[in-house]
Amino acid sequence: MEHIDVSLVDWSRAQFALTAIYHWFFVPLTLGLSFLIAIFETMYVRSGDEEWLKITKFWMRLFGVNFAIGVATGIILEFEFGTNWSNYSWLVGDIFGAPLAIEGILAFFLESTFIAVMFFGWNKVSKNFHLTSSWLVAIGSNLSALWILVANGWMQNPVGMHFNPDTARNEMLSFWAVLFNPMAVHKFLHTVTSSYVVASLFVIGVSAWYLLKKREISVAKKSILVAATFGLASALFTGLTGDSSAKTIAKSQPMKLAAIEGLYNGTHGAGLVVVGMVNPSKEIDNNENPYLFQIPIPNMLSIMAKGKPDAFVPGISDLIYGNNSEGIIGVESRIVNGKIAVSALRDYKTAKKENNPEKQQESLQLFNKYKSDLGYGFLENAKEAIPPIALVFYSFRVMVGLGFYFIALFALILYLLYKNKIENKKWLLHLMLWSIPLGYLSSQLGWLVAEVGRQPWTIQDVLTTNFSTSQISSGMVQTTFFMFFALFTLLLIAEIRILVKQIKKGPEGGSNV
Amino acid sequence: MRNFFLLYYDGFKNMTKDGKRLWFIIIIKLFIMFFVLKLFFFPNFLKTNFNTDKERSDFILETLTQKHK
Repeated sequence: MEHIDVSLVDWSRAQFALTAIYHWFFVPLTLGLSFLIAIFETMYVRSGDEEWLKITKFWMRLFGVNFAIGVATGIILEFEFGTNWSNYSWLVGDIFGAPLAIEGILAFFLESTFIAVMFFGWNKVSKNFHLTSSWLVAIGSNLSALWILVANGWMQNPVGMHFNPDTARNEMLSFWAVLFNPMAVHKFLHTVTSSYVVASLFVIGVSAWYLLKKREISVAKKSILVAATFGLASALFTGLTGDSSAKTIAKSQPMKLAAIEGLYNGTHGAGLVVVGMVNPSKEIDNNENPYLFQIPIPNMLSIMAKGKPDAFVPGISDLIYGNNSEGIIGVESRIVNGKIAVSALRDYKTAKKENNPEKQQESLQLFNKYKSDLGYGFLENAKEAIPPIALVFYSFRVMVGLGFYFIALFALILYLLYKNKIENKKWLLHLMLWSIPLGYLSSQLGWLVAEVGRQPWTIQDVLTTNFSTSQISSGMVQTTFFMFFALFTLLLIAEIRILVKQIKKGPEGGSNV
Repeated sequence: MRNFFLLYYDGFKNMTKDGKRLWFIIIIKLFIMFFVLKLFFFPNFLKTNFNTDKERSDFILETLTQKHK
C-alpha cells in the first residue's frame, strides 16, 4: 500500500464526484422534460387546441436551455477516465467500448438529428412529423442514458466477461449478458423514472410560481395536470424498481445492502430501519449498539432482499469474517485467495517473459483457480471492504423518504385539481415551488448510495479504487478539480439565470431559443 | 440533405437574441472543454506514455502485481 498515493486517489475521486454531480444537474431534466414535451405536443396534435401548442413551445424553450448548457458535460468524465483512471480504463476498455460506441452512434445521432426538427421545424414539416421528432428526441435521450447505465451496471455486477491475463483486460464474452445484466436493467429503469419525477417537479414548481403570481393560469393548470399524472406514475414505478434493485443488490453487492441498513450482524427475519441514527462509535470489532435509536419494520428487509419474511440477510460481520452455517465466505478468506491469484498472475507474466512454458502453464492453472477472488488480492485488510456506513445509511433514508413525499404530493395535487381548488391553496403552491430542489436532491442521493455504497470497488470484486488510478501527480488533479469547479459553477449559474429569465417572460414572452 | 441543411441554416439565421446568447455560451464551453482542458490538462496517460498495447498491458500487469508484493 505504501506505493499508492492516497492523496491522488482521494483527489481523483473528489474530481470524478464533482463532475458527475454537476453533470447530473442537467441530465434528469433532459430525460424527463423531453417526454413531457412529447406528451404536451401529442395533446395539441390530438385536440387541435392552440393552448397546448403554447404550452409545448414554452417548455421546449426551457428544455432547450437545459440541453444546451448541459450538453457534453458528461464527456469530461471520459477525459478523467483516460487521465486519472488509466488502470481502470484499461481493464474495462473492451467491455465499455461496445455500449459507449452504440450510445455515440445511435442514440446521440437520433437525439441531435431530431432536436433540429423539434426546434427549427415548426411550420416547415407536418404536424405529425414534428410530433414524431419530439418523441424521437425523448427516446434518443433515454437511449443515451441506457448505454451509460449499462456500463455502470456492469461495474456494479460484472457479467458476460473474462479476464485475459495476457492483455490485462476484461474481454466481453456476451454482449447480451452485459445488456440484460439485471443490475443494468434495474438501474436504467430506476434512474430514468426517477428523472421523470425530477422533471415533473420542475414543471409543477414553475407552474405553481405562475399561479402564485396569478399569471398564465390556464397554461399552468394544464401543465400541472400532465406533470402530476406523469410524476405520480413515474414515482410509483421508481418505488417498484427500487424494490427489485434491492433484490439484485442483495445478491451481487451484499456489503452495500448491509451498509445501507447499518446491519452488522446478519439475521433471519431482518427488519428494515425506517427511521434511525447510526452509532458513530460502532466498529465491526466492538460491542457497541449499531444504532443510537431505530424504528424498524419487522421482517421487511428479508422480504425486500430475498422475497421471504424469514430469509437470512448477512450483516457486515458475516461478510467480513464469513458465516459457515449460511455458506458465506468472508472477505478475510477471499483476500488470501486473491493474493494467490495476484501472485500467480505475476509468475505467469515472468514465466512468459522468460519463455518458460511449463511454469507459464502452472501459473495460469493456479490463477484460473483463484481468479474469481482476484480483486480481493488488492486489499490489505478485510475492513477496507466496508463502505462508509453513515453516509449511505442517511442518504438512502432521505432519498426514500423524499420518494414517498413526492407520491403524496402528486396525489394531493391531482385531487385538488379535480376539485378545482389548487390555485387557492397558497401553502401548497409554495410547497410545489420549493419541491423543485428536493427532486434534484433525491436524485443525487440515489447516485451517492449507489457509488459510495460500492466502495472500495470500482469494478465489484474485480478492481479496487486504490488500484484504478494512474501514476500522475495529485497536484495536477487538484488543479483541474478547481478548474472544473469554476467552469461548472459558471455553467450552472448561467443556466439558472437564463431559465429564470425565460420563466419570467412566460409562454407569451418569447419564441424558440 | 439540402432540406436538412436549410432547416439548420434558417433556424440559426432566425434565432432570437436569447438563443444566440445561449449558443455563444455553448461554443465557449466546448472550446474550453476540447481545446483547453483536453489538450493541456487531460492527456490520455497510457497513450502518452506508451507506444503499443503490449507496452500498456505490461505496465498495467506490473502495476497490479507489483504494488503490494
